[in-house]
Amino acid sequence: MIPSRSPASETLSHPLDLTQPDSKTRWLETAFVLLAWGCALLSAGTLFWIARVVYQDARPAIAEFGLEFLWGREWSSTREVFGALPFVYGTLVTSAIALLLAVPFGLAVAIVTSETILPQWVRSPVAFLIELIAAIPSVIIGLWGIFVLVPFLMPLQRWLHETLGWIPLFGSEPFGPGLLAAGVLLAIMILPTIAAISRDVLLAIPPELRSASRSLGATRWETIVRTLLPAGSAGIIGAIVLALGRALGETMAVTMVIGNAVRISPSLLDSGYTIPAILANQFAEALKPIHIGALMYLALILFGLTLVVNVIAVVLVQWVSRRAIVR
Amino acid sequence: MELSDRELPDLDLQQPLSLPRRLFEYGTTAIALGLTVVALLPLFAIFWQIVSQGLQHLSLEVLVALPAPVGMEDQPNGFANAILGTMMMVGVGASVSVPFGVMTGIFLSEFAGGTAIANGIRFAVKILSSVPSIVVGVFAYATIVLATKQFSALAGGFALGVIMLPIVTLTTEEALKLVPDTYRLASAGLGEGRFSTTFRAVIPNALPAIVTGVLLAVSRAAGETAPLIFTALSSQNWPQGLLSPTPSLSVLIFNYADSPYREQNALAWTAAFVLLAIVLLVNTISRQVTRKHLK
Amino acid sequence: MASEERTPYDRALEPEIRDVSIELSEPPPSTAIEVQNLHFHYGRRKVLEDISIDIYQHHITAVIGSSGCGKSTFLKALNRIGEIEGNVNVAGSVRFFGQDIYDRRVNVNRLRRHIGMVFQRPNPFPISIYDNVAYGVRRLGRSRVHLDEIVESALRRAVLWDEVKEDLKKSALGLSGGQQQRLCIARALAIEPEVLLMDEPCSALDPISTMKIEELLRQLRSRYTIVIVTHNMQQASRVSDYTAFFNTDESRIGRLVEFGPTVQIFTCAANSSTRDYVEGRFG
Ligand SMILES: Nc1ncnc2c1ncn2[C@@H]1O[C@H](COP(=O)(O)OP(=O)(O)OP(=O)(O)O)[C@@H](O)[C@H]1O
Ligand SMILES: [Mg+2]
Repeated sequence: MIPSRSPASETLSHPLDLTQPDSKTRWLETAFVLLAWGCALLSAGTLFWIARVVYQDARPAIAEFGLEFLWGREWSSTREVFGALPFVYGTLVTSAIALLLAVPFGLAVAIVTSETILPQWVRSPVAFLIELIAAIPSVIIGLWGIFVLVPFLMPLQRWLHETLGWIPLFGSEPFGPGLLAAGVLLAIMILPTIAAISRDVLLAIPPELRSASRSLGATRWETIVRTLLPAGSAGIIGAIVLALGRALGETMAVTMVIGNAVRISPSLLDSGYTIPAILANQFAEALKPIHIGALMYLALILFGLTLVVNVIAVVLVQWVSRRAIVR
Repeated sequence: MELSDRELPDLDLQQPLSLPRRLFEYGTTAIALGLTVVALLPLFAIFWQIVSQGLQHLSLEVLVALPAPVGMEDQPNGFANAILGTMMMVGVGASVSVPFGVMTGIFLSEFAGGTAIANGIRFAVKILSSVPSIVVGVFAYATIVLATKQFSALAGGFALGVIMLPIVTLTTEEALKLVPDTYRLASAGLGEGRFSTTFRAVIPNALPAIVTGVLLAVSRAAGETAPLIFTALSSQNWPQGLLSPTPSLSVLIFNYADSPYREQNALAWTAAFVLLAIVLLVNTISRQVTRKHLK
Repeated sequence: MASEERTPYDRALEPEIRDVSIELSEPPPSTAIEVQNLHFHYGRRKVLEDISIDIYQHHITAVIGSSGCGKSTFLKALNRIGEIEGNVNVAGSVRFFGQDIYDRRVNVNRLRRHIGMVFQRPNPFPISIYDNVAYGVRRLGRSRVHLDEIVESALRRAVLWDEVKEDLKKSALGLSGGQQQRLCIARALAIEPEVLLMDEPCSALDPISTMKIEELLRQLRSRYTIVIVTHNMQQASRVSDYTAFFNTDESRIGRLVEFGPTVQIFTCAANSSTRDYVEGRFG
């Protein structure tokens, strides 16, 4: 029923050369592909390169002190005794204070800027302003911390010491800079992270969930507390963990207000030290290989610590966004 | 009687919520609004201080003069060298990170989208973006300062480049993904190869968003201090090329903030004003670039 | 003029020449693309099964069928553009003037220059009208001397020249949808393809623009081989010489149900589901 075909290459107006490569663009294509692969591998490889370099240079100290470095309490370059505990302690304590403060504030901002409590023309500027904090260089926040926040916190610290001084947490005489001031400053800095990501998480929750809860007679806040926050919990936890990672590694602002004293004090009003702070203060002057090695060892600990925290955070946030797409 | 009760239930539409529920409602609203207001206070306080303190000593002199030795009241005193040093090192950082970052973004979006290798590389880049900047400084110190036995703008710029790289990469990828597939199909349908399709059909449409990403990275790098303290160090003179210690605004603020001299403290505020102005300006411009494009 | 431009369908409407054997008495057309036992998979999912069709040179072949039966996929298999969207697996052979296009050595870019494509939604680049048409012509190391002529000739063949000759430097996005689609056709014609694949080229257009494109197709027929996917039965019967009817069942695998001269498909199809479909009784 269909006419038989005739072999008809000769009916073509120009010669057919499908297999011939475009000589002029072929090298370009190849170079482009290789370049893209090279750049991608190199970019990803930077992470491993950092790990390797820091580990390499920490080796003298690792060989010298071993794992005992982790609980050594002394740090003296003249006597060549180095221990990480005061710095690890300071890092963890300031980050904990920061989280404790920033989580309620951050969540409040996230809820206020994603729910309809306020009109849109108030919500958007608030969200924008909070995110603006993240754009301020940390050295500037540190400067503000030294000259404004620390004097401002002084009466509060004195009051804490006088009324609650019997608790070891507030057992030392306050003198301005210290763990508490550093924690408060860190809280200000990580608040935008928690607020912005949690806000995105809350906004990504399907609106049906909200209307379902409201149609069952739940009030706005009953819906938020019993439906929205649980639904967004994985993403919100991801935001908090990400903020923790940021707090652990934050350098300048903390260095400027923590007092920089190598000690482990139970009192939050006392001064202390963090890993980033000692790196910032001593690296430029460190000359002895063992001193540099000890600093590198500290950097390695910090790198490992933040790596674990950030991997958890990224996985959590990714998992949440993937689930949102599937849904 | 019972039947009619059922037919006409006691409609309580007018009855208010029970007292505990109402209190919970008002209480939580008040708390949330209160916390939000308090969260905004530091921002206003910081801006207020920087503007009021910074403007006191802002003059043309501080922008064009070198730092005066301490105690020399009559000499012009400024931080022009630090502004120049910051620009230099951000420039070095950008010239390292932009080509690599953009190519990696192209790879993630155009070459390997969705494959395991792309996911792995994207994951590594994301983790790289959250490595503490002080650790990046340590890395630059170990690779460049120790190798060249010299604190230098190169080492500082390299550290800034490592910090910018993931920002450029991830924003480029996002930007390219926003380009509709129809452009890629149209170009491939005309027999164009990957190179031509990417650079003629895809990138021109993503350019504003890529520029935004680069500017964001620049504004971030300009404010970084930790990676510079022990790589570029600082200096009281004009930058002497790429291979010598180089001042920067951020390190200057750090040093002057801790200084016992009042005039240096004051200059720290002025430098903070200038740095913040630069950072926010670049930041705002970058947002503007994409907004214009969307119109 | 109009009587010379008749399609087989027009002739079919006249009772005295309704006999299909008249078609058969014409000299047999030559084959541009020969599809044999084509199986097409997206990843693991099979979308097309065992398709065998001849696309005749300088004729218009319409592909019809219900949504999701793989019509677009079939077109994408003919110039291998499905590959840039993701992982595809193909079995069987597609021969373009005798050459297997799935041969490993085939330069797909060259293939796609021979087999142009027009998409469902007009997709001009956001650059000038002139640059759009020149897009595929401007390549590395090519002389640009004749560019103006090439652009003008392509726009004339797409019957767009008179409407845009004053505004060649203006953005293509300022054109109407119908003009944009003709611009996309001009863009494809500018690189002198042998075959033009069109995936529902009129589905985003108003009736007037649709008429213009159909008229254009009839004019292009003498120089190009055209495969057009359409959901519009009238359009298929108006413009095409041959029609392929695809269908699918619960398995969601597309199959070729019937292929033949358009007049035959629309008047006395052999398969009952084809008859139902062209008469609008399902789908
Ligand atoms: N890129 C892809 N990956 C996986 N499956 C796909 C892809 N594109 C299409 N499909 C599937 O292949 C089948 C055929 O799709 P195709 O687009 O070819 O249908 P169609 O006949 O053109 O439909 P329509 O008339 O709606 O355009 C559909 O079931 C679709 O879900
Ligand atoms: Mg289709």
